[in-house]
Amino acid sequence: MTTVAPASDLHSPAAAAASRGAVALFWERLRKKKLAMMSLVVIVLIYGGGILAPVIAPYSYTQQNIDQALQGPSRAHPLGTDRLGRDMLSRSLYSARTTLVVSVAVLVSGSLLIGNGLGLIAGYRGGWVDNMIMRVGEIFSSLPGLPMLILVNAALSPRVDEFAKWAARLPGGGGVVHDFASYSSIFAALSLFFWVGTARYVRSLVLQLRERDFILAAQALGASTPRILVRHLLPNIAFIVVLQLSATLGSVAGTEVALTWFGVGVQPPTPSFGAMIYDGSGTRTFQAYPHLLLVPGLFVSSLLFAFALLGDAVNDVIRDR
Amino acid sequence: MTGYVIRRLAILPLTLFIVSFFTFAIARYGPGDPVTVAAGQVRDPEVLERIREERGLNGTIFEQYQRWAVRALEGDFGESFIQQGYSVRELVVPKMIVSAQLNVLSIIFVFVIGVPLGMLAAWFQGKWIDPFIISTLLFLSAIPVLVILPPIQWLLAVRFHIIPVGGWGGLIDIFWIGGVIAVPIPNPHLYLPLIVLTVPGFSGVARLVRITALQVSREDYVRTARAKGLTEATVALRHVLPNAMLPLVTAIGLSLAGIVEGSYFTETLLGIPGIGAFTFESVRSRDYDVILATTLIVAVFFIVMNLLTDLAYARIDPRVRLGASNVS
Repeated sequence: MTTVAPASDLHSPAAAAASRGAVALFWERLRKKKLAMMSLVVIVLIYGGGILAPVIAPYSYTQQNIDQALQGPSRAHPLGTDRLGRDMLSRSLYSARTTLVVSVAVLVSGSLLIGNGLGLIAGYRGGWVDNMIMRVGEIFSSLPGLPMLILVNAALSPRVDEFAKWAARLPGGGGVVHDFASYSSIFAALSLFFWVGTARYVRSLVLQLRERDFILAAQALGASTPRILVRHLLPNIAFIVVLQLSATLGSVAGTEVALTWFGVGVQPPTPSFGAMIYDGSGTRTFQAYPHLLLVPGLFVSSLLFAFALLGDAVNDVIRDR
Repeated sequence: MTGYVIRRLAILPLTLFIVSFFTFAIARYGPGDPVTVAAGQVRDPEVLERIREERGLNGTIFEQYQRWAVRALEGDFGESFIQQGYSVRELVVPKMIVSAQLNVLSIIFVFVIGVPLGMLAAWFQGKWIDPFIISTLLFLSAIPVLVILPPIQWLLAVRFHIIPVGGWGGLIDIFWIGGVIAVPIPNPHLYLPLIVLTVPGFSGVARLVRITALQVSREDYVRTARAKGLTEATVALRHVLPNAMLPLVTAIGLSLAGIVEGSYFTETLLGIPGIGAFTFESVRSRDYDVILATTLIVAVFFIVMNLLTDLAYARIDPRVRLGASNVS
């Protein structure tokens, strides 16, 4: 449960002109919030570590060394090693990379493309188009997210796996395709459920803009619907939509971890916090080797907490305007 | 109001149809032919064909769905693929009862704890107590259940032996004093799941109550109440609280969603024989008819729950239904 506020009373989108001024103003206000800045630093550190994982990780995430299994922190392995002697720091960095790839991909496809597109169309066209899109959204949002995702993923991921194995036999390019395949089922399933919120939000923004003079002027000049949507409406809401979305990145990341924990998300050997947490979660395991759970647990908790704080601050700033 | 109710109820069967067909299709097109899962080690084509017939897996997906839906409406969800000889219904019903007890208890605690906490934070707005409560709650709700559960479990059960490590023993336990006098007490198995399931929920509820309480306290009627000389406590309890409770109707649905999702992890980690743990096992063993049944049961429950909260909200707040008819 993040912020529960009706989208309509947040602000007037007219003020959200995508001019430099709005961005600068927003940044200035956000910078005054210390907690938000600290959260931003945490997010940048973790995701930055993920992006740079191939460069800065001391070991490969698959490199095993049974002789050194289940060690605590040491000079060679700053965060210890897991059951197979794999370096926990390297695995955490690569897991951050997985989380980053999945959550950004879901936001771009599910929220920005599907959600934004459908929201624009629904808000601008109105009538039966609006009705249909919103009813479909209603059906999706009345579904229990996690159980449905588990079902979709349980069905999808082995198919994708088969495809990945087939692709791996192809000459060249196998590695890239395989990497893509290991993310794709979770990413497809998440996109399916994360568009509704954005669509509703964008629609409410468009409803406020639709009757304004510059849109009427464009219509009077005979601009086509796609042109009005892309050239006139989109630039006016883009900034605010991106802001709103950045606040929801945390819930996507959390869902990815949860699904992988359940065994239906990112498939091994691709590392993920979910799988690492699952490996360390028995009571006896925790008693003997607490670092197995604490290392990925701390990464995930601080990431999600930072997102929650940042999301609250962003919402505050949007609302204050 | 009547029009709104009819419109919402009319869409219900359609929603149920789409959801059940969608779920059914996904489960049927899942990995591995369900027939081979049911057959176990057997690969004799004749046997496979017989199983296909028996389980209604022949024909097009639409025929299969029709057969399955007719039986499902009568409460027959087929036979488990893994635990052969048991009907899905036999397996699921006892687990539903366990989960329902735990979830209802959790939702009660979410509101019993969350509402006063939120009012408290709003009451102390501007002092350190308010940001302290709110940021603590934000922190608590940010830690995923699957991260926080094992450490608490270890601390309370293994290290200090205060509560059992896991399992389920019903709601009430009997405590014997001197082996003679029986005193009913809450079952100690409940503490751990209740803590883990309610914390994210009441954090959310408390934050919502705080925000609405602060909004309400700027309303004219609150100023009037103050102006006529009522004490701050009376204003808070009689004028602010009832109006701040309005948005909580929608929070019931959201909290329940959180609790049900949290149950998947809590039940699995604590070995509580509920729907969540059962779904986990079924996903691992690819028992499709069970996954299908549990997902659908939870989905139907959510849909009906959402409908009820929307209707309740429309009844309380006329703007909802008016707004809906203006737009469409």
